[in-house]
Amino acid sequence: MSSDITPTNKPVKTVGLHVGDAAPGCRKVDPILIADGVKRTFGGLTAVDVEHVEIPRGAITALIGPNGAGKTTFFNLLTGFDKPDSGTWSFNGTSLAHVPAFKVARMGLIRTFQLTKALALLSVMDNMKLGATGQLGENIFRALLPFLWRKQDEDIEAKALELLARFKLDAKKDDYAASLSGGQRKLLEMARALMSDPKLVMLDEPMAGVNPALTQSLLDHVLGLKAEGMTVLFVEHDMHMVRHIADWVIVMAEGRVVAEGDPRTVMEDQAVIDAYLGAHHDTDLGQTDTGHVEALKELIDDEQ
Amino acid sequence: MIDWGTLFSNAAAELISPTTAAYALAALGLAVHFGYTGLLNFGQAGFMALGAYGYAISVLTFGFPVWASVLVGIAASVVFALILGIPTLRLRADYLAIVTIAAAEIVRLLFTTNTFVDVTGSANGLSEYKDGYRALNPFSFEGKAGFGPWMFSANDWWNIVVGWSVVALACVLVWLLMRSPWGRVLKGIREDEDAVRALGKNVYSYKMQSLILGGVFGTLAGMIFIMPRAVIPSNYATSLTFFVWAILLLGGAATVLGPVVGSVVFWVLLSFFSGFIARAVEAGWIPISAVQAGQLRFILVGVAIMLMVVFRPQGLIGNKKEMAFVK
Repeated sequence: MSSDITPTNKPVKTVGLHVGDAAPGCRKVDPILIADGVKRTFGGLTAVDVEHVEIPRGAITALIGPNGAGKTTFFNLLTGFDKPDSGTWSFNGTSLAHVPAFKVARMGLIRTFQLTKALALLSVMDNMKLGATGQLGENIFRALLPFLWRKQDEDIEAKALELLARFKLDAKKDDYAASLSGGQRKLLEMARALMSDPKLVMLDEPMAGVNPALTQSLLDHVLGLKAEGMTVLFVEHDMHMVRHIADWVIVMAEGRVVAEGDPRTVMEDQAVIDAYLGAHHDTDLGQTDTGHVEALKELIDDEQ
Repeated sequence: MIDWGTLFSNAAAELISPTTAAYALAALGLAVHFGYTGLLNFGQAGFMALGAYGYAISVLTFGFPVWASVLVGIAASVVFALILGIPTLRLRADYLAIVTIAAAEIVRLLFTTNTFVDVTGSANGLSEYKDGYRALNPFSFEGKAGFGPWMFSANDWWNIVVGWSVVALACVLVWLLMRSPWGRVLKGIREDEDAVRALGKNVYSYKMQSLILGGVFGTLAGMIFIMPRAVIPSNYATSLTFFVWAILLLGGAATVLGPVVGSVVFWVLLSFFSGFIARAVEAGWIPISAVQAGQLRFILVGVAIMLMVVFRPQGLIGNKKEMAFVK
């Protein structure tokens, strides 16, 4: 599906993000998010067991790994949607342990969801306006006195219109979000996340279920976030997207970080090939996801 | 032969009766809970009982004036909402439904039990709490006044004016709130609370505010409800909650005026059906007893509501567009 994409212009990659060798858990020059010993078990299953990981500021970091590697669980832990058994993690130097999800979001760490969460029976414009933080009218008593928040609401609406125009959703602003297509909902969710001027945007599979025709525009929007000075961390299965836009790649398998590095080298890493194909892939493929096998083989061929 | 004139005038009287107003207000509370926030409150009868008993006990046992008795009822329902909400609002919506239906029954049984007979009057309920309220009545004519089918005594008019004024104020309040950013957050929570949480809103606090606001409406409805009658614990059984739900769905769940329209239609239809069946039985048109006739009206109302839900699921004044996307 994604092999049809022919990138018109090659994005500028940010380099020199790490200190020392590009090993799992390596230090970064300027980390925005640091996680230490974050562990989450579901009964006997260890979903996430990350010893140490740092997310570089001002870059696009991809979090990849086979299905069940714990990527989404790790996302949930970092954003306060799930609680780890142990561990510490901090954002911009502030510890996020025991901070509820809504406060994490207010600090400037905004996430999207793998299964798009457009607020179906709200108009596209209301979806956008909900994204703005610090609204005076969101207090029940001030809500009764429109003159207190009308001015702010108009500013928010202007900002939302600007963002909607950028994401080419402005013609849909008065429609219910339920009437949007799957790809448009992804765009709406991303646009809504930008309403609060986040510092770190975490996208959970932004390309899942998106028509190839929309993929390029979504890629450009992600690159646009970086150009505006935001940090992006995204989970993705589409290796072409990862290679095309990511400055740094973190590979997870069975809950652990098994490799880190720039996208070109990390995909040749033995640990990554093992994670996707199994350590004995040349003898028995077993139940490995054939889609990834093909994608990875293709990538390796491309590079040679 | 059937006296159609009396039949229609009795039905028309329900149009503005204080009972209609009480049900409309209780349904408006549910509209805040369910229509706007997506909370499944099946214990509205409990909130109404707290209003009724809160007012009556404050007057009879403690000798409080009217305003203080009203405040006691409201305070009781705020506490009740907190008790229900603190453990359940962090969980999925269904848990609130289970807890509220059980809690409303607990409230009713506490008021019915003989242990507190001195205060609650047990199964006989309470009466003689209306003096202070009636002393405020500005109407002072003898007999009945009004026009057409709406001939009422001074006390009845006072109940009507107070009841519908409270309903009107509550409607304006809900309308103001739901067009504000606060209302936007509530509607967002109804659609997907995790998405709203990810946008930095304290979902738990908003759900609690909604539960309290809708509960207070239920409490005020309970007070309006007892002004034309006495406080009887059996009035607050789960069937009361389900009538209020029926009214909400009849009018339109996420609307301000839907509960009012629903309540009016419900009571006018109920009065018409009961009058019609009673007279039809008398006239020998239907071969059933008078007791059976009393039950038949609810069956007919149930059929009417079923037809409504099948052919107009958004309610009488709901937005048809919303239903296009409901799976």
